Amino acid sequence: MSTFKQHSILPGFNLALGFTLLYLSLIVLIPLSAAFIRTAELTWPEFWTIVTAPRVMASYRLTFGASFAAAMVNAFFGLLVAWVLVRYHFIGKRIIDALVDLPFALPTAVAGIALTALYAGNGWIGQFLEPMGIKVAFTPLGIFVALTFIGLPFVVRTVQPVLEDIEAELEEAAATLGANRWQTFSRVIFPALFPALMTGFALAFARAIGEYGSVIFIAGNMPMVSEITPLLIITKLEQYDYAGATALSVVMLVISFILLLIINLLQWWSRRRSSKT
Amino acid sequence: MTAMTFPLPAGTRIQRATQEPTWVRWFLIGLALVFLTLFLFIPLISVFYEAFKKGVEVYLAAITDPDAVSAIQLTLTVAAIAVPLNLVFGVAAAWAIAKFEFRGKNLLITLIDLPFSVSPVVSGLIYVLVFGLQGWFGPWLAEHDMKIIFAVPGIVLATVFVTVPFIARELIPLMQAQGTEEEEAAVVLGASGWQTFYKVTLPNIKWGLLYGAILCNARAMGEFGAVSVVSGHIRGSTNTMPLHVEILYNEYNFAAAFAVASLLALLALVTLVLKTLIELRIKQRHTPRGFE
Repeated sequence: MSTFKQHSILPGFNLALGFTLLYLSLIVLIPLSAAFIRTAELTWPEFWTIVTAPRVMASYRLTFGASFAAAMVNAFFGLLVAWVLVRYHFIGKRIIDALVDLPFALPTAVAGIALTALYAGNGWIGQFLEPMGIKVAFTPLGIFVALTFIGLPFVVRTVQPVLEDIEAELEEAAATLGANRWQTFSRVIFPALFPALMTGFALAFARAIGEYGSVIFIAGNMPMVSEITPLLIITKLEQYDYAGATALSVVMLVISFILLLIINLLQWWSRRRSSKT
Repeated sequence: MTAMTFPLPAGTRIQRATQEPTWVRWFLIGLALVFLTLFLFIPLISVFYEAFKKGVEVYLAAITDPDAVSAIQLTLTVAAIAVPLNLVFGVAAAWAIAKFEFRGKNLLITLIDLPFSVSPVVSGLIYVLVFGLQGWFGPWLAEHDMKIIFAVPGIVLATVFVTVPFIARELIPLMQAQGTEEEEAAVVLGASGWQTFYKVTLPNIKWGLLYGAILCNARAMGEFGAVSVVSGHIRGSTNTMPLHVEILYNEYNFAAAFAVASLLALLALVTLVLKTLIELRIKQRHTPRGFE
């Protein structure tokens, strides 16, 4: 029989692992299992009726659609920002580099009210868009704006280190062989960045699916139109519909776990790719 | 051997084959800056603009209002409990994972990261299912006159949940990169486990520890969704700063909402400055040893 742990002369393994497992069980695993166990009290048809009700389906479409669109925009601009920060020199680069993490550090409620004030009809940005017939605040477009804000750092921060590590020799070789700059980018640099780009996209997408704080202020929260799934969970909870809220949260949890699995696979692919080059 | 030079006509600019033309460079920088201005800088500036729009007096009145002060106190209290708890957890988890080889390690790392992928709303809800009146321990708690949901303990628990991974995920790769030789040398020389940790490991990881703690603190103070589910929104008692911002905003008291929000934005800026300083420090210290 093979052993669970390899021998080491360092002390404290049992204490450290025991505490880690106890803490994780109490804080994370037991509470998370509550959602699944409570949902198991429902019969399958009951569960299915709750999680496929028309209002719920509309919230899925909105949540996934807006999250996907926001993650796509972040993939494009995140790659651009990472490129500019790694490859070019300009005044204020350091400060901009540090500020890219702002959406991680800024509480989501603050982001929510700031974006709402900006994109409302009388806001700094909204006043220019409204005459053109573009309404952002209190529409699904506002949700997209909020999700773009909170997902912004993910692609930048996953692509940046990979871009820094690409060896100049590769590009020089491409240039020597007669590739122009665009060919070098699309055939040499982009394929090397692609796994990291996909990881960043998936992280931004996963974060956007569950996002609540920054969205509810700008969304308008109209059932069937601009109501995201996390808000629907809260609404059900406030109506004391615990079964409904729990069933929806199980759907969200299963989706998060699948995304987590995909992200882990992408990161593994990304690491393998970068260790090869 | 002398270097060969090729005479070029005066005024010719050499375009390196591994660089983009100047106009492309400026176009890309410009496009990136327009995007960041629209989505980062303007929202940030607008928080402070809206906060001070009605004057300094309104601002000061908003942040010294008793309900605001109580929200600030609660936010500080919650962070003061959640951050040390996750600090101890992070060190223990990183010690087990980075210094020993055992089965199921990757599964354990995934479990630690789990709270990051759970929606904040669900993070709050699961504690309602355990401790709420309809929950597993709800009736028992009610009998013994104890309250966790819609009270401070629930807020602390939900905050601890969403911030579990922060410190552990900073320490694990850092301690893995440092290996075990130094600790093994200390143990061979007769140091006890605690001595090894304090005198060998801790000095090596202190910046990583601080880095994780700062990020953990920012999230703990700013958490909205999870806390909103378990708080009950009782003014002056279970309202944290982000929840207070929401209440003021929903009452159309925008100046006050943005005033409290500006304190949180300031916290975010301080967090970013400290984070950047520590990153510079870590780079200087660890780069020779192959730190990522």
